[in-house]
Amino acid sequence: MDATASWTYQRPTQTALGRFFDNRAVLVFFCMLPAAGLLLIFLTYPLGLGFWLAFTDTQIGRSGEWVGLENFQSILHDRVFLNTVWWTTFYTVVATVGKFALGLWLALLLNENLPFKSLLRAIILLPFIVPTVLSAIAFWFLYDPQFSIISYLLVDVLHWRDTYIDFLGNPWSARWSLIAANIWRGIPFVAITLLAGLQTISPSLYEAALLDGASSWQRFRRITVPLLMPILAVVLTFSVLFTFTDFQLVYAITRGGPIDSTHLMATLAFQRAIPGGQIGEGSAIAVAMIPFLIFATLFSYFALARRKWQQGEGND
Amino acid sequence: MTDAAASTLDGVSEPEGKTLLSWESRSRRLVTVYLPLICFLIVLLFPFYWMAITAFKPDAELLDYKNNNPFFIQHATFENIRKLLFDTEYPRWLLTTMGVAIGSTFLSLFASVLAAYAIQRLRFRGSTYVGLAIYLAYLVPPSILFIPLATMVFQLGLFDTPAALILTYPTFLIPFCTWLLIGYFKSIPYELEECALIDGATRLQILRRITLPLAVPGLISAGIFAFTLSWNEFIYALAFIQSSEKKTVPVAILTELVTGDVYQWGALMAGSLLGSLPVAIFYSFFVEYYVSSLTGAVKE
Repeated sequence: MDATASWTYQRPTQTALGRFFDNRAVLVFFCMLPAAGLLLIFLTYPLGLGFWLAFTDTQIGRSGEWVGLENFQSILHDRVFLNTVWWTTFYTVVATVGKFALGLWLALLLNENLPFKSLLRAIILLPFIVPTVLSAIAFWFLYDPQFSIISYLLVDVLHWRDTYIDFLGNPWSARWSLIAANIWRGIPFVAITLLAGLQTISPSLYEAALLDGASSWQRFRRITVPLLMPILAVVLTFSVLFTFTDFQLVYAITRGGPIDSTHLMATLAFQRAIPGGQIGEGSAIAVAMIPFLIFATLFSYFALARRKWQQGEGND
Repeated sequence: MTDAAASTLDGVSEPEGKTLLSWESRSRRLVTVYLPLICFLIVLLFPFYWMAITAFKPDAELLDYKNNNPFFIQHATFENIRKLLFDTEYPRWLLTTMGVAIGSTFLSLFASVLAAYAIQRLRFRGSTYVGLAIYLAYLVPPSILFIPLATMVFQLGLFDTPAALILTYPTFLIPFCTWLLIGYFKSIPYELEECALIDGATRLQILRRITLPLAVPGLISAGIFAFTLSWNEFIYALAFIQSSEKKTVPVAILTELVTGDVYQWGALMAGSLLGSLPVAIFYSFFVEYYVSSLTGAVKE
């Protein structure tokens, strides 16, 4: 009955304001304004400010003066700093290798036909969801010299050792404890993202390889690894970047101790700048991280570019 | 004959049969798949189990492994939780964290939706470079920004206020959300917008009436991710907030509950458990969105 009524479409009324916002340049400007404003003020400017601060002797409550490379010279002669650079690199490399080896293994396991797949995936992501500091506190308790359940298991249940392990008491055991906690925290992210990559690989490739008589190792090496490489490169970049600049785990579990042996560059920068008040020196340490980060970013950029090329997409 | 029967049996129980090949028997699968998987699950979940049971253990059991099996609770107690809720400012911290997380999430979503729409749909000159710049912004970690930001926050008079956190969290939330939403907008057919344009709708009307309603799943994913990221944020909250009652949960537990040389493990674990629960519950409602945003963002 009202078949025609639905056709009497009323043209949207255009107010002057509406027309103003329909101008593309105006619209683009106002759409980009909040994001660009926030990022420029709270990201780009501080980045520049950080560089500037690194060349000054600013302290908390006292604006500094330009001192040139003095901060960098002093940290380069600082044994604690050099030790920290070495340990940060070591931590990043070992933890990343561990995360990727175990994460890839877990991803391959999850890629099998399993019951309750989505539930499993949800459970496995838990360490990634829970605030890092809070799980770090749980690890801190697991590493307690007196009440560690790990020591209890090894000594009182399995009788493999005679004494409780002092996990955080000496430099090397503290370092390995931190690496273990970092790997634990990183596995879910790696596993779930790589699983997404694995699921994009067509099963027909494996079937074809099987018909050709490829062994399971050959199928992994010749099909899984090359096809997973692009996503692996991206995940690897993020993982390296965030492991290198890690702060929370170390701050919560050891606070850099014993005797500054587990300070990462981020925690050392914090220690010097905020409680120590030496903003200039802290900034210099933070700035010293940037070359490593640029390296990781370039790596990511080329990995992304390569991926587009593989998919045959245009440059849009 | 028996082999054939076995293989058909396997074929029936697992119809997809992608990985189940004739030589891959059940026991082999048990050893190569289920056993490692169970080990992974135990290792990944044990800290949470430990956190949970410690939170409900009375001190006597907690400090005496010899007479009590440490893996179970003999006499559960709510003493730690009660102490946490009534003797400390925990509820305040929880409220602050919630407020900061919600505030920064909405601010970031608002900015990201507009930016992603401009980059993906309005396609101004140089929009790809803006997109790339936003991606690069995601690679700038908070660890190198917090010192200059602390001085800025101080000069702006925002030191020790939640506003400092609400304004600085978007620096890592906007890049992520924008990137996610660009990918999402890409999946919405452009023809729908063209139709609306022909019907005389303005760009803003298109955004509000067509693109946004279609992008709701993307918005939910971005929102969840932003919420959990800001809930978990630590370094800014540690550097910018000083007074005890304004701290966020992760910072407060570490700085306020750790007192003296004797650690109150029960209270610490109870605090960690309560601090984790809101995100865990929130996450469990939206797992699928969360996983898709996590994997989508990496794939984009």
